[in-house]
Amino acid sequence: MNDRNRWLLPEGIEESLPDEAAWLEHHRRTLLDMFSSWGYELVIPPLIEYLESLLVGPSDDLDLQTFKVTDQLTGRMMGIRADMTPQVARIDAHRLRQDAPARFCYLGTVLHTRPGGRDMTRSPLQLGAELYGHAGADSDVEVICLMLEALRQVGIEDICLDLGHVGVFEDMVEQAGLGDEQRRALQALLQQRALPEYGQLLSECSLAEAQRETLMALSDLSGDESVIGQARQMLEGTGGRALEHIDYVEALSERIKQRIAGIRLHFDFAALSGYHYENGAVFAAYISGQGEQIARGGRYDMIGQVFGHSRPATGFSLDLKALAKISPLAQPSRHGIFAPCDEDPELHAAIDQLRRKGERVICALQGQQGGAQAMRCNRVLEKKDHQWCVKGID
Amino acid sequence: MTEQADKNLTTIAISKGRVFEESLSLLSTMKIHVAEKDLEGRKLLLPTSEAGIRLLVVRSKDVPTYVQYGVAELGIVGKDVLMEFTGGGIYEPIDLGIAKCRLMVAAMEPQLQHSRRLRVATKYVRSTQQHFAAKGLQVELIKLYGSMELAPVLGLADCIVDLVATGNTLKANGLTPIEHVADISCRLIVNKAAMKIKSATLRRLIEQFKLAARE
Repeated sequence: MNDRNRWLLPEGIEESLPDEAAWLEHHRRTLLDMFSSWGYELVIPPLIEYLESLLVGPSDDLDLQTFKVTDQLTGRMMGIRADMTPQVARIDAHRLRQDAPARFCYLGTVLHTRPGGRDMTRSPLQLGAELYGHAGADSDVEVICLMLEALRQVGIEDICLDLGHVGVFEDMVEQAGLGDEQRRALQALLQQRALPEYGQLLSECSLAEAQRETLMALSDLSGDESVIGQARQMLEGTGGRALEHIDYVEALSERIKQRIAGIRLHFDFAALSGYHYENGAVFAAYISGQGEQIARGGRYDMIGQVFGHSRPATGFSLDLKALAKISPLAQPSRHGIFAPCDEDPELHAAIDQLRRKGERVICALQGQQGGAQAMRCNRVLEKKDHQWCVKGID
Repeated sequence: MTEQADKNLTTIAISKGRVFEESLSLLSTMKIHVAEKDLEGRKLLLPTSEAGIRLLVVRSKDVPTYVQYGVAELGIVGKDVLMEFTGGGIYEPIDLGIAKCRLMVAAMEPQLQHSRRLRVATKYVRSTQQHFAAKGLQVELIKLYGSMELAPVLGLADCIVDLVATGNTLKANGLTPIEHVADISCRLIVNKAAMKIKSATLRRLIEQFKLAARE
């Protein structure tokens, strides 16, 4: 680093300039207000905490994504949050400990060690909502509808909602009695649908022929609604809970279709969770022209166990900064009124009055460069017949 | 106007060179042809006889990137490239069985003699590291972009990891293949989001590719 490029930010770290910041702040407010009207209460988890509480679930992914520092006071490892869901789970399980359902929402910057998403960012602005204390379709449907409503509110329509269930694969693996190492290897291959390798690995596992066939067929269980029938046929007589999971997803889809007219649905029973703490129904929103999902979520029952209060949970999250770049909604207008540089008390009384009404009034500074237009004002304050009044400029 | 993805248009990104030649004959068994005059020109975005399908000719390493970002819905690229790709967001459902070769360790002697840490020259850093790590060996990697056969000859490395098709280049430079790392062939790759949004169209195409690959 030399003096000439000391302005340079690290890779994947961005800042928002006034236009984007105005968009983000406007929608931060309207979205949080909307969440509040659904009963979701805002929580503000800390930026940094001990690693043990930040990393829940069996996944290495979240661990790899988390920046770590040593706490100089205790010598323990701390992590800068890469995902706020485990933090909110901790708040629900340890701080609030209640048995009635709890609804929380949150918004904050998270930090990733590796860039991701369409913008290759390492600092998404995570917005999310979580519902604790209820197992069943009611809470999943509510969270999915809330996610779709949030997207609609920032002007994103024509969404394709992807539905799946992590339990289908997990159940099959459990039935087949495969070890943890094989499960992880199969999971990784299934995640990228590397079917030739997946098939190869299956043939190396000690499996009954029927089990191998079902696991192989699972990789192709995605598409429109016809997949549900296909899945049922395939799982007929295999025992286990996989069939229940299919029924559950179908019930979800029926209810969502009823609630949201014209929603496009896609089913993917080979879907696996993003951070591997999800363990039930999973869902994601896609739109045309974006190579990745724009919001995602799922059920992650019993995540609170490590914090001493285990209960069912479901939720979703999205990156608001990514939405700012694809939303068709324009930046909120930032026009204002330009007031002259004058010590007249009447002028300042007029300015105060305008500001209280919600107007944006910018006072000229003695000898400043640029006029009303440079200050992005479309009106000026002028004295006319001993009275200060607002006048438009051409 | 930018050549952005039309909603009804499917773009297939294909590696330049041998993969492209073999992909064309695979596509022609699917009754998708590219006009002779388009092939002769220097165009990188080629229309096909199917109105809804166009081809994008790029460097092999860029194929997964175009597909990851969804600029191309499908891609045809060697497994060697995919093994080095860390981006994610793509599915690789079909082995097309074209442009087959092997990723191999090659050296001047049939037996690797080394008293200190093995030095390996390669373009395939990730695959090489994984291969030797699986054998319990820590190696020193030397990243080269081409003509790797020279490295052992000039003493830059003890061995190389490279693609071997016929073995003639190795032989001409006095090297012998000594270890098999992976079988390589071309894969059809698919953008994850497109697979959901354009499910019907893409599944039909993928099915066609599957049939063509079997022939």
